[in-house]
Amino acid sequence: MYSQGLQDAKGGPEPEGLLKAFQKRIDNEEKIEPRDWMPEAYRKTLIRQMSQHAHSEIVGQLPEGNWITRAPTLKRKMILLAKVQDEAGHGLYIYSATETLGITREEMTRQLLSGEAKYSSIFNYPTPSWADMGAIGWLVDGAAIMNQVPLCRASYGPYARSMIRICKEESFHQRQGYDIMTTLARGSNAQKKMAQDALNRFWWPALMMFGPSDKDSKHSVQSMQWKIKRFSNDDLRQKFVDVTVPQAEHLGLTIPDEDLKWNEERGHYDFGEIDWDEFINVIKGNGPCNKERLRARQKAHDEGEWVRKAAEVYQQNQRDAA
Amino acid sequence: MNKALEHYLLRLADTALTQSQRLAEWCGHGPFLEEDIALTNVALDLLGHAKLLYEQAAEISDRDVSADDLAFLRDVDAFKNPLLTELPRGDFAYTTLKQYFLDQFNVLLYAALKDSQYEPLAEIATKALKETRYHITRSRDWCLRLSLSTDEAKQKIQAALDDLYFYTPELFETDDDLNQLIAESIMPDLSVLKEHWQGQVDELLNECQLQVPKSGWVATGGLRGEHSEHLGYMLDDMQFLQRAYPGCEW
Repeated sequence: MYSQGLQDAKGGPEPEGLLKAFQKRIDNEEKIEPRDWMPEAYRKTLIRQMSQHAHSEIVGQLPEGNWITRAPTLKRKMILLAKVQDEAGHGLYIYSATETLGITREEMTRQLLSGEAKYSSIFNYPTPSWADMGAIGWLVDGAAIMNQVPLCRASYGPYARSMIRICKEESFHQRQGYDIMTTLARGSNAQKKMAQDALNRFWWPALMMFGPSDKDSKHSVQSMQWKIKRFSNDDLRQKFVDVTVPQAEHLGLTIPDEDLKWNEERGHYDFGEIDWDEFINVIKGNGPCNKERLRARQKAHDEGEWVRKAAEVYQQNQRDAA
Repeated sequence: MNKALEHYLLRLADTALTQSQRLAEWCGHGPFLEEDIALTNVALDLLGHAKLLYEQAAEISDRDVSADDLAFLRDVDAFKNPLLTELPRGDFAYTTLKQYFLDQFNVLLYAALKDSQYEPLAEIATKALKETRYHITRSRDWCLRLSLSTDEAKQKIQAALDDLYFYTPELFETDDDLNQLIAESIMPDLSVLKEHWQGQVDELLNECQLQVPKSGWVATGGLRGEHSEHLGYMLDDMQFLQRAYPGCEW
């Protein structure tokens, strides 16, 4: 029985009748809206997943923001600036959608800064080279699109609707990344080397973005049933590899995986085992930039405190005067 | 005339680019998300203005240069922006007031340049004016918010005013080239512009209840390529790739 073990907000069992009706709506592909009844676990799962997503957009500003002042041409600078701004916009959008589930942005921010809430592990890797802007757009945004396109049909209305808009922008991000890689791959030897090096560093972390292997994914089954998730982690990862390998070949770059091979029988690429120890370690906070990223967010938050306060007081003064 | 025009286009382009570069440093570090986005938006608009202006300067230049060459391959002594825009971003009050001073200048300047006898500049000004009107609404509002709210915010914006005020006269400086363009109605008379600017600024500072500093070092030199220590570091950062890997496509 799908409802077994589900508890309401007070820890009691969820009413069976409501649960059944809820699942029926989901099975019928109806959207669940903020005012509708929903099981507490559904709400919590969405808050966890959506806030994680929003946090990823915000923290994700940092590795790319790192290159805005150093972008090599006016055009690249404009594109990068616009892209990182889009990410902030996505964050804002998803935070707002998450607030419809009864949590405030302040609380979500607190959870991010305290380390309670997670964000995508990919943003804990450094971006020492300009080619990383290409690799992030191509691979990281490429992987994000694989994850996010199915979310446009997620059962929770506000999430699904925000994802439709976000996916449109993400595909532009992916294209600009691939365009940077193309230019570098066709450029000087130093530029080719730069591109290959970025691919080497970002390939495996990009594959890790799809989350743990299906056999180890603790949230997957219930999320699939609730149609918050439509495809398994491993299926999406496979799809990403299948799409990306020919793109790398087109660029004349080598994917850093000796086990990568087309499997005629499966009709898919076989690829090597992901270093799950590294994945778990980065999630735990021990990636190369975890501390730096959170520190940057904390600093912006602390330094912005007096500005937020001033805005609040001014608004109150205006109201009092009116 | 081309030499004087190129000189002035670079003055405008360098001003927009350096201001944009400083604003872009806020991206991902703003005081809250909405403002992070707004700061980046203004940075993007200014970068867009800079690009158009550099393209026009490159087009009329005797030298075989591109817009990117002008932005990324000139050294400090060739940059013509006023010192105001190369100053570090500082805190949010400093950024806000710096932006307001420039917005107030740009709104008046672009409104006048819209009628420039030099058609390409008139076109750029028409586009820039539209965006600058949004910018000034925002920076003006923030000046009020910071000045008329908490003691801490008021102290910060007053400190910013003390630091920045005497960087503003430089916005109106001219030289022989610019005077020639003024005579040809290609650009407005900056002394007239200054009166309007001063009137608007006095009005706002008064509304903000801020104290205008009595004296200070009056900045000068940008138009002649004489800059503060800050510009070198900015260019160092901005031009790194073009300098480290010369002659590449990006």
